[in-house]
Amino acid sequence: MTRLALLLMTIALPVQAGEIWVTNEKDDTVSVIDADTLEVVKTYPTGERPRGITFSKDFSRVYICASDSDTVQVMDPATGAILHELPSGEDPEQFVLAPDDRHLYIANEDDAVTTVVDTESRTVVTQINVGIEPEGMAVSPDGKVAITTSETTNMAHWIDTGTHQLFANTLVDSRPRHAEFTADGAQLWVSAEIGGTITVFKAADQTELGKVRFEITGVNSDLIQPVGFKFTPDGKKAFVALGPANHVAVVDTATLAVEKYILVGRRVWHMAFSPDNAQLFTTNGVSGDVTVIDVAAEDAVKSIKVGRFPWGAAMRPTKG
Amino acid sequence: MSWLIALRAILHREALRFVGQRGRLVAALVRPLVWLFVFAAGFRAALGLSITPPYQTYITYETYIVPGLCGMILLFNGMQSALSLVYDREMGSMRLLLTAPLPRWWLLFAKLLAGTLVSILQCAAFLAIAALWGIVMPWQGYLAVIPALALGGLMLGALGLMLSSVIRQLENFAGVMNFVIFPMFFLSSALYPLWKMAESSPLLRDLCALNPFTHAVELIRFALYGQMNLPALGWVALALAGFAGAALWGYDPARGMQGRKG
Repeated sequence: MTRLALLLMTIALPVQAGEIWVTNEKDDTVSVIDADTLEVVKTYPTGERPRGITFSKDFSRVYICASDSDTVQVMDPATGAILHELPSGEDPEQFVLAPDDRHLYIANEDDAVTTVVDTESRTVVTQINVGIEPEGMAVSPDGKVAITTSETTNMAHWIDTGTHQLFANTLVDSRPRHAEFTADGAQLWVSAEIGGTITVFKAADQTELGKVRFEITGVNSDLIQPVGFKFTPDGKKAFVALGPANHVAVVDTATLAVEKYILVGRRVWHMAFSPDNAQLFTTNGVSGDVTVIDVAAEDAVKSIKVGRFPWGAAMRPTKG
Repeated sequence: MSWLIALRAILHREALRFVGQRGRLVAALVRPLVWLFVFAAGFRAALGLSITPPYQTYITYETYIVPGLCGMILLFNGMQSALSLVYDREMGSMRLLLTAPLPRWWLLFAKLLAGTLVSILQCAAFLAIAALWGIVMPWQGYLAVIPALALGGLMLGALGLMLSSVIRQLENFAGVMNFVIFPMFFLSSALYPLWKMAESSPLLRDLCALNPFTHAVELIRFALYGQMNLPALGWVALALAGFAGAALWGYDPARGMQGRKG
């Protein structure tokens, strides 16, 4: 009954219009989903194997990691035209835009470096040596710390963005793939795909605060591979994509306990919230669709077919 | 007026039988619940079932089989009514019923209606337990499913009536189990979606698509999500007309099986 009431509430709320942009790894395209009608409205071609995707602060540009084209493409979201390409180092997989809206931190999977690119001068500022197979990228809300996780070294590398030097390396479980700071910058969360955990660090002194563990009845623990995750705006919950376990976990950020598992499509990677934060869109690689989760009800509402092997997701508000 | 008296008497008798036989109520509920909790739990994999209407996203197997289990309640109840008619015939109370100065079709309809009402109540109890277990439908679905259950119940009840006009002895009920209930239940979309059947054998799929029970289940499935499945509605109505017609013919003393042998 409460679930129903919550559902009705979310329907009654005024909806802020927006779009969810999804990169399709195998199709070399991005699919644009209307967050109101929950339908794909546009599909734009990109470079080869697009993965990470993020918007500039004013949403006038969208950055796309074209991994196999070894470049970061800058697209005009209004027309889908590629404006220009940025040097990115080899095989860029994930990246993060610094709070200054100018510097991109890019993980170069094949080169064991993190590349810092100035999006205005379109030049590489520096390359920082990190562990083998860097993948996850995060920047602290104050912009002072950047994080790269390396899949093979199993570490989170803490980078001082002022000096571009590593100042700490912390061990996490096997194959870390995604990192994210909490909104207040106090904690860093790092997901480990093979380890099947999320390690939570205190950002101030890089000490481990705890781990989130997952268990789904009837699902082999090998299949539970946490990858992308997002915090709710109030910071109370985290939604964690569990890869081939085909579920998204809802985690209480205070206790680090899992409250619920939501069934989504196959091999869930990453996710993005709708502009009003009432819905969450998850990319399901193998089933080639995006599942829409009602955030308040914590229930899957609909799955939308996109291109082949959707991977990254980002939100753009539109005038509605 | 006497028509209503007869209807009330038959409803009352069915209600008495229902309340009196506690075991029957429990059995009627336990059967689908065992399927839901044991069978579905075994099949509950990480993989959601592929998306087919009326579903909009991936669902667990447990969610999938709930409409099929409602259908199972209707099917077993329909056969149970048939069984009770055979029993009535053996005990002689049927002669009393059929000699009432009213059209025979009315008496049979009253019997059918009484059985269907009992079925709907059992389905409501089953859906309530499923909801407690976490399988919750949209609220419109719980209203929309009532006419779907009624139509499906009438159709399967009519099938039972038709069979009861043929079956002479209580012992033959095992045959009904083997040749009616099991094929109807397993060769339907109650346990597996039709596309899954098609993967193993297109012939099986076609048989399932012909089975009126499949359409009753699909009608219930769509109704539970507040949607209408017109083809299923058409097939169920057609089957109801067919079975009811055959039952009337079977109970007609001049022409039916009853007349020839009795």
